Amino acid sequence: MSSIILTTIIMLSLLGLVSSVILYVIAQKFKVIDDPRVDQVTELLPGVNCGGCGFTGCRALAEAMVKADDFEGLYCPVGGSDALGKIAVVLDRKPIAVEPKIAVLRCNGTPENCARLTNYDGASNCRVAHSLYGGTTACFYGCLGCGDCVESCKFDAMYMDPVTMLPVISDEKCVACGACVKACPRSIIELRKKMHKDRKIYVSCINKDKGAISRKACTVSCIGCGKCVKICPYEAITMNDNLAFIDSFKCKMCRKCAPECPTGAILEIGFPVKEKKAMPEAEVRE
Amino acid sequence: MFKTFPKGGIHPPENKLTSDKPVVDLPLPQIVTVTVSQHIGAHAIPVVAKGDTVSAGQIIAAAKGFVSANIHSPVSGIVSKIEPVVDATGYRQTAIVIEVSGDRWAEGIDLSTALQKEIKLSREEIVARCLECGIVGMGGATFPTHVKMGIPSGKRCDLLIINGVECEPYLTSDHRLMLEKGEEVLTGISALMKALNVNKAVIGIEINKPDAIENLTKLASGFEGITVQPLLVKYPQGGEKQLIKAVCGREVPGGKLPLDVNVVVQNVATAYAVYEAVQKNKPLVERIVTVTGNGLSNPGNFRVRIGTPVSALIEAAGGMPGDTGKVISGGPMMGKALSDINAPVTKGTSGIVLFPERESRRAEITPCIRCTKCTYVCPMGLEPWMLAASSERGMFDRVEKGKVTDCIECGSCAYTCPAKRPLLDYIRLGKSTVTRIIRERNVK
Repeated sequence: MSSIILTTIIMLSLLGLVSSVILYVIAQKFKVIDDPRVDQVTELLPGVNCGGCGFTGCRALAEAMVKADDFEGLYCPVGGSDALGKIAVVLDRKPIAVEPKIAVLRCNGTPENCARLTNYDGASNCRVAHSLYGGTTACFYGCLGCGDCVESCKFDAMYMDPVTMLPVISDEKCVACGACVKACPRSIIELRKKMHKDRKIYVSCINKDKGAISRKACTVSCIGCGKCVKICPYEAITMNDNLAFIDSFKCKMCRKCAPECPTGAILEIGFPVKEKKAMPEAEVRE
Repeated sequence: MFKTFPKGGIHPPENKLTSDKPVVDLPLPQIVTVTVSQHIGAHAIPVVAKGDTVSAGQIIAAAKGFVSANIHSPVSGIVSKIEPVVDATGYRQTAIVIEVSGDRWAEGIDLSTALQKEIKLSREEIVARCLECGIVGMGGATFPTHVKMGIPSGKRCDLLIINGVECEPYLTSDHRLMLEKGEEVLTGISALMKALNVNKAVIGIEINKPDAIENLTKLASGFEGITVQPLLVKYPQGGEKQLIKAVCGREVPGGKLPLDVNVVVQNVATAYAVYEAVQKNKPLVERIVTVTGNGLSNPGNFRVRIGTPVSALIEAAGGMPGDTGKVISGGPMMGKALSDINAPVTKGTSGIVLFPERESRRAEITPCIRCTKCTYVCPMGLEPWMLAASSERGMFDRVEKGKVTDCIECGSCAYTCPAKRPLLDYIRLGKSTVTRIIRERNVK
């Protein structure tokens, strides 16, 4: 009787010993040498895994940062320069200056400005609506209003305004991860340089139709008249396919273009009221 | 013995209100709008300019590339403008707008109604004539006919199936055509048979059209190799793959074409267009459109010139009822609601269906209860609930594995769903996205 117990104990001990040796050898053979700095950098990143940096998650960006020689093309829009500075200390590397950005909606097609011609009762999804037809209005470029961008936002920085039927982007919460830019099938949302005191000045329209057609579709559309291009002293405004574009990196916020726009397609947001033509929509959108 | 396809399918109410209404010629409109893309494939390129005088049957936009079709002026008049217009797809595309004056036809077109039975043209000439006359599949998909008839080397065709199923509820344009132009249709089928070098053609007709079956069976005795196959009523029997399975029992594998099982399928309306092109040298400039709906005072079948605004058709059918909620171009199952009723009739417009407001609205969407009704009715053997749910969440790898590219977009799943989920909307989204992903992968 006791011999059976003894044999069992010896057999199990031997088995355990052999297994531990095998496990040890394998563990040594396939050892992954992890740079401890990857963990440190991951700690410094926000950890939301939004994908705004272009990598699958925060750890993937951390690995890429540790691997690379400099910060060229590696930037966390959520953490911004703060996080980059701290990471630079860990990696003993010179931080690069990166401009913080913010998302803006380049459409002002509220029911007031842009008449609704049809009803849409298909699946409430912008991509589905976009594949079916031009939109409920005569503008084939504007917001479809199903809120794909709001759903894509991981930072709770967007909501649909029930009155304007357009998404609203919160300046405080937006981290410019770019998820909404990718989600929008019409490419209405643009990432622009974040200006002093969150001031913004941009063309709130992406209609590339000729002036007569776009004006008919929406009262606040860009008609491609080119007045803003002429008046801009910094050559920040360009005109392509009947559509003006203000380059946020060249713009000096002189505010000469907005009053010049005959349709009010250029919005100035966050400025103190200057003259009587002070964009009522802009205040609503704030 | 009646046949049908074995897998899935539904039985929506037929509502064939206009099956006993003879085809009426619609008076010429004052302005026609001819879009340059009325077919699958590359846009045609306009060959006329603003201010040109054109006569009916004259080519106004030329096919660009192999899979494309010529477009002819449906009327005589003056080209007033060439500009983008909103068409039945809901998007803008280039269109040639012609102000109608008189009814002058281009030379060389036989306008007599006398039947010409003897086919004088050779095989190659028939295919060339179809290309020249801009013939496309008239069932709705508008695939250029000359492409279908040119059999690539290594492939062989031993059976021509003619689609006279018209499984969509409400529509009766093919039904009327089979009744009124039976011999012309059969002559067109003979021309198609000659072009394809086959000696057997089967016309598939559902048994809810007994008069058409009787008429064509009687007439077909005078044509060699053409038989009529009555089919049980089931939607979507008019789908190419379903029809092949129903008529001859062959199953087209996923991602393959009917030609891979040695079959070519053409619509009866296409056969009629081929007859007119081959025997009368008449290009495809008019078609029969069913205008129907329970609220219409005078629903009917109308022969209209391509480019006529839909509003003119509705006017002819008694005007739009006040409570109309949706105007659908095509059948109620696969058609698309128009965003503008001035959209022009194209080569693929088989019907205009008007729904009153209370019938047109979609029901409230509730969560999927996993009853798998959609799986039972899917004629392609797919799992619509899974495809739709994955597509909604952006999991396109799963959508691709679920063989979304085999979906024929018949809408049986959405029709049968007790939770009223917009299954087809999301499946379409998945299908287009997966098709794009596959294309991008192949380029790499």
